[in-house]
Amino acid sequence: MSDLLTKVREGLRPPAAAGSGAGSGRWLVPVVWLAIGLALLAFPFYLETFWLRTGLLAMAAAIGAIGLNMLSGSTGQLSLGHAFFLAMGAYGYCVLAGDPDGPATGLGLPPLLAVVLAVLLTGVAGGLFSPIAGRLRGAYLGIATLALIFIGQHVLFNAHDLTGGFNGRVVPRLEVFGFVFDAERIVVAGVPFQAMEKLWYVGLVLLLGCVLFARGVLRGRPGRAMNAIRDHQIAAGVMGVPVARYRGMVFVISSMYAGLAGVLLALVFERTVPTYFSIVLSLEYLAMIVIGGLGSVGGAVLGATFVSMTPLILTRYSEALPLVTAPGTGGGFAPGEVSRFLYGGAVVAAVLFLPGGLARLPAAWRARQRARRPAGEAGPDTQRNEEVPR
Amino acid sequence: MTTFLELLATGVSLGSVYALIALGFVIIYKSTEVVNFAHASLLLAGGYFAVLSREHIGFWPALLVGVAGAAALGMLLEFLVIRRYRGRDHSVLAIVTIGIDIVLITEFARRIGPKIFSYGDPWGSAMVSLGPISVPQTRIAAFVTAAALITLFLVAFRYTTWGVAMRAAAENRETAALMGVRLGWVSASAWGVAGALAAVAALFLSVFPTTGLDRDTGLIALKAFPAAIIGGLDSTTGALVGGLTVGVTQALATGYQSELSFLGNGIGELAPYLVMVLVLLIRPAGLFGTRELSRV
Repeated sequence: MSDLLTKVREGLRPPAAAGSGAGSGRWLVPVVWLAIGLALLAFPFYLETFWLRTGLLAMAAAIGAIGLNMLSGSTGQLSLGHAFFLAMGAYGYCVLAGDPDGPATGLGLPPLLAVVLAVLLTGVAGGLFSPIAGRLRGAYLGIATLALIFIGQHVLFNAHDLTGGFNGRVVPRLEVFGFVFDAERIVVAGVPFQAMEKLWYVGLVLLLGCVLFARGVLRGRPGRAMNAIRDHQIAAGVMGVPVARYRGMVFVISSMYAGLAGVLLALVFERTVPTYFSIVLSLEYLAMIVIGGLGSVGGAVLGATFVSMTPLILTRYSEALPLVTAPGTGGGFAPGEVSRFLYGGAVVAAVLFLPGGLARLPAAWRARQRARRPAGEAGPDTQRNEEVPR
Repeated sequence: MTTFLELLATGVSLGSVYALIALGFVIIYKSTEVVNFAHASLLLAGGYFAVLSREHIGFWPALLVGVAGAAALGMLLEFLVIRRYRGRDHSVLAIVTIGIDIVLITEFARRIGPKIFSYGDPWGSAMVSLGPISVPQTRIAAFVTAAALITLFLVAFRYTTWGVAMRAAAENRETAALMGVRLGWVSASAWGVAGALAAVAALFLSVFPTTGLDRDTGLIALKAFPAAIIGGLDSTTGALVGGLTVGVTQALATGYQSELSFLGNGIGELAPYLVMVLVLLIRPAGLFGTRELSRV
């Protein structure tokens, strides 16, 4: 109970803004955000295609990770089925927007409508699983969602008409109000824009929307209810939170996030293949949210960036790095292996030494600074995470 | 009918091996409340240690090495990671075991590479005839070994000091600690036993009719998860029933695949998970799991 009360007390306090601790550095925060925003807008003008592609994959991963973090981090429900919903979004978009005369089934809907419908479809799939998602708790749900992965893989490999089987299917181009996101070069301010440059801005808009929506949910009444369920489901129920309904609802939201991430992934990959959406992908998403910080939107973005970009960057620079060899050459460590070591180890290290993940680094650092000063006021940052008997 | 009986025999034998894995899973959950997703890597570790030492010391000592190695690895994980976690949220610990699993599986898969290791077991590909049906000797050996180990474990769980300490800790950790039960030892030994059982399972999952131990053998442990869930995560009886259910379901679905062809290829791999979903819809705590009752 006592931990719940601290949560409630923390909740009554106004949400700690990024720079609330140190008064002198307050102006720094908006400046940094502005700089990051401008840099993100300017990237397509300066970076080559590899980096844009990598960045776009990180954005897609970030959207998926935010959704998973609302489920696992904020509500305490483990899900290993995230890859299933990613696949659902990706393939859903392909089927809905696909060419009706192509080799695989396609409905030929306008791409924008197809995106919306694909996300809704993933939500419906999440809702169908809610009789289970609403009733099971924590890691129990994690194992139950394993079923989704295997069902997903089975369908992807066997429903040839819909998914194209082992070879996957080509992703139809995105088209918004007549503007086509294809490889045709258009020149903007002397820089040729191709598919990745154009998609970059789509990714930015989607990511921003997802971040804002998630923050709205988490900081409002639903967020408090979700945290209460995570910390003590019985107390939450007693206080009037419909536990099962909330769990089911968060599961639906999280699947819709995954669906949108899947659509963006498909657009970047330009071809969807079933082997990508295996259990390994689900594990990667869990690694992202733990490394970034459970329950934090910014943390999910950081973790997603780290986990999704590491293997790509390692592959690109494999020749320059010691111990890393190009994939398939044997000897040494392949880039994929190195990155799995890195993020697997980072998951363990984050939980043991930095509970709260990367998102907690600034707060942990500030707390340390404050502790050095004599008679420092003890804020929530210095609170110890003690074992409280239930 | 003969086909059905043969499939049933295969299923029961396979199921008893799954039960071994699921039992380890349940023991860890009961004693430390951790859902151990690193079980796949314990299994692969046991198999790897065994096949590696077999070339030098022969089959039986190598099997012992595998069992001891996996048990030691389990205890080491408990000591180095699980014990260091100071938070209260056990689903976070489950994610930590996922992190461990990623690292260990990657390393063992890298060492094994594309090779397939043979155990060089004494049974080979010999068959036994039981009335009208014939079953590989390895299946019989798997069933007998698993049954013996499970019986041994259940007897120890019921009658030895260790078993009593284990059950007391599962019942109420604080009271058990006050009565002099060493919680650290209880959870370390649980991880050790689970590792040992997984190593034995690794043997029977890699012998005939399977070709041998390869980098994907660990993935088979994923099938023990539905086994543990079907039976109920906190029930040792449940692990047995769940294991047998999964084994028989898989064997039957694979055997009658041609009749089930409208469901697509490889339905046998999927069937255990579908059974798990069905069971969860009806009994969220599994068949033998204790319904959660709380007093506030």
